[in-house]
Amino acid sequence: MTIDHPILLSLFYILIFPGFVFLSVYGLFLQWLDRKLGAVMQNRVGPPWYQPLADLIKLLAKEVIIPDACETAMFRTLPYFAMAAVMTAVLLLPVWTDALYSFQGDLVVVIYLLTIPTVTFFLAGWSSTSPYATIGSMRVLTQLFAYEVPLMLSLIGPAILAGTWNITELAGFFTTHKLYMPAQLPAFFVALMALQGKLERVPFDIPHAKNEIVGGQFTEYSGRLLAFFYLAVDMEMVVGAALVNAVFLGGTLGAAGLPGLAVFLSKTLAIVFLLTLLRVLMARVRIDQMVRFCWQVLAPISMAQILLDIFLKFRLG
Amino acid sequence: MSKITIPLGPQHPALKEPVNFSLVLEGEQITGSTVNLGYNHRGIEKAAEDRTFLQDIYLIERVCGICSHSHTTCYVTCVEEIAKAEVPERAKAIRTLVAELERVHSHLLWLGIAGYEMGFETLFMYTWRDREQVLDCLELVSGNRVHYAINTIGGVRRDITPEQKTAILEKISVLEERTGYYIKLATEDATVLARTQNVGKLPHAVALERGAVGPTARASDVKRDVRKDEPYLIYDKLDFKLITHNTNDVFGRVVVRALELVESYKMIRQVLNYLPEGPIAVKVPAKIGPGEAVNRYEAPRGEDFHYVKANGTDKPERVKVRAPTMANYPSVSYMLDGGYLADVPMVIAAIDPCMSCTDRAMVYDKRSDKVRVYDWNDLRKYGIEHYKKRGIDFSKK
Repeated sequence: MTIDHPILLSLFYILIFPGFVFLSVYGLFLQWLDRKLGAVMQNRVGPPWYQPLADLIKLLAKEVIIPDACETAMFRTLPYFAMAAVMTAVLLLPVWTDALYSFQGDLVVVIYLLTIPTVTFFLAGWSSTSPYATIGSMRVLTQLFAYEVPLMLSLIGPAILAGTWNITELAGFFTTHKLYMPAQLPAFFVALMALQGKLERVPFDIPHAKNEIVGGQFTEYSGRLLAFFYLAVDMEMVVGAALVNAVFLGGTLGAAGLPGLAVFLSKTLAIVFLLTLLRVLMARVRIDQMVRFCWQVLAPISMAQILLDIFLKFRLG
Repeated sequence: MSKITIPLGPQHPALKEPVNFSLVLEGEQITGSTVNLGYNHRGIEKAAEDRTFLQDIYLIERVCGICSHSHTTCYVTCVEEIAKAEVPERAKAIRTLVAELERVHSHLLWLGIAGYEMGFETLFMYTWRDREQVLDCLELVSGNRVHYAINTIGGVRRDITPEQKTAILEKISVLEERTGYYIKLATEDATVLARTQNVGKLPHAVALERGAVGPTARASDVKRDVRKDEPYLIYDKLDFKLITHNTNDVFGRVVVRALELVESYKMIRQVLNYLPEGPIAVKVPAKIGPGEAVNRYEAPRGEDFHYVKANGTDKPERVKVRAPTMANYPSVSYMLDGGYLADVPMVIAAIDPCMSCTDRAMVYDKRSDKVRVYDWNDLRKYGIEHYKKRGIDFSKK
C-alpha cells in the first residue's frame, strides 16, 4: 500500500516516520542503551529494555501538580514546544534516505530548531519561580552561551569544505569524498562535547545537578508535563546524533530505504556509545569551568578546523 | 543580581541525613550561610542512663552506622578505666584490627560519596564495589557487616582464627591494589582535580581556631591524631605515618583519606602478625564505680570523645558523647562562605559528616533568635503538656 495523498503523506511523516512515533521509540531505545552501556561500564547490571517506556507510562499516569505560583499557560505548554521543535528538526535530516525537505541553509535552521528546547527549559525554570528552578534556568542559559558557539563553529568547518549550507548536499559530499572524513575528527570531537552540553549530560549536567539544586529547571514539574520534557530530551538525543551523523559521517552514505535506515541506525548507535563513554569517564564540572572550557578549548579547536578546511578546499580547487 | 536564599536540607539529594544549611546566594556565589542542626535527636545519652553498662554497648554501637566500633571502644575503655579492669593484650589487638578495618570501610565509603557529590558516578560505583571486600572481612571477624558488636566490657566477644587471618590478608592485598588505582585517579583525573582543588579552603590557622578534627584538620596541615598524640589500644606498638597535607582544600582531604587507607592496610598486616596468645576477655563485675572517666579515640571522621560517670550501681549516671562531626561543623560555615553553590555538596561531604551521630537536643526560638538546650525537667514538662493537649494526662500516673 502506498500513501499518495500529499496531506496524508505529510501527516505520516510528521506523526509516524520519521516523526513522532519513530522518534519516541528510538529515543526511548537510545535512553535504555545509554543507561545499560553506562551500567555495564560502571560494573552494574542496568535496567531491562522496557525500563524507559515503563518510566514514561508511569509518569504519564501520575497526577500533574502545578504550584499556584506557576499557574500560567506558558508553564503548561512549554513541554509541547520542546517536542515540536525537535520533531520539526528531524524532517530536515537524512534518516532512511536524503532529507525529506532540503534547501540551502537548512543546516542553520536545524541548529536553531535544536536551540528551542533549551530555551523552553530556561523558560520552564523561570516560570516555576522556585529558587532551585530559577538557579537551574540561569545555568541553562549560561550553558547555552557556552556550548552553542563551539557547536556552530564545528559544523561550519565541514560546510565550508563542502561549499554548501544544505545538509543533504553536505552528506552527499562526504559520501563521495570519504577521505575528508578523518580530517574532520577535531570538529567531530567538539560537536560531541557540545552535544553533551545540549543534552545536559555529565560532565555538563550542571542545570539539573541533583546534589546542588535538586531537579534544576524541572523541579516544579510533575506527571505528564515532566514526561513530555523527558521525552523531548530523548528525542533531542536522536536528532543530535542524526545531525552529527549527517554533517560528519556522510548521512546514509547514499543508501536508501531499509539499507539506508540500517546505516543510519548503526551510526547513531555508535555516536550514542561515544556519548555514553564521555558521560561515564568524567565528573561534573562547575558552570564557570564549563564556560571556560568551551571558550578556551572547544572554540579554538573548531576555529583551527575551519582554517584546515579552508586550506583543504583551496587545495581541492 | 538580587540575593536569594536557598535551603539545603533537611531533605535534599546531597545530604544523606537531615541537617539544614541556609545559603544566601548572589548568582552562583555564596555570601552567607547558616548551619541548623537538631533534626535527628534520638535521646541516646538519656536512654543510656536507664540501661546497664553492658546493655549500653548495644545502644552506643548505634550512635553511628559507620563508626560503630569507634563509639563502643571509646565507651568501653571508659567503663574499664572506672572498673580498673586489665584488658588482655589479644583483646586489644583484635579491637585495633576491627578499628582499622572500620577505617578502611569508612574511607572507601567516603571516597564513593565524594565521587557522587561531584557527579562522578563511576567512581562511586567502583569504590562501593571494592568496599565489599572489607565488609566481608568484618563479617568474617564479627558476623556482622555494619554493627560488629565485637566489644564487651573487659575484652572482645570473638577470637580470630588462623583461617580468618589468611582470608583477611588476601582481601587486604586486593584492596591495596585498588586503592593505588584510586589514588592515581584522584590525583590525576582532570575533572576530579577541577572539582576538588582550591575548593573549601580551610587555612591552617582557621582549622586550629575552629577546632577541626580528623582528616579535615590534617588536610590543613594540623598534625593531630589521637593514635599518635595519646596512643590507646596497641597503637604505640604499630609503625604508621601521620598523614597530613598542606593544600587546605577538598583535594587535600581526598589525598589524606586515600593515603590513610594505605597506612591502615599496613597496620592491619602488623596487627595480624603481632596477635599475642592469651584470653580475649576478663570478667568485670556488673556494678561499677563510683568514678568517672574521659576518653579520646581517633574515629575515621576525627576525634571521638566519651565521658562516663558511674555511681556504684550497674547503670551509668551520665554518658556524654561528642561525635567528630560536631567538632567540624564550625569549619563548614567558614569553608562555604565565598564559594560557589556547585561546591557546597563537595565541601559538606569533605568533612565526612554524620549528622545523626552528632545531634543533641537543642531548641531554636525563631522569634527571639536564640538557641537553648532543654534539660530533663524541661523535656518532661514539654512531653506532659504535649500529650495533655491530645487528651492524655501522664502527670497523674
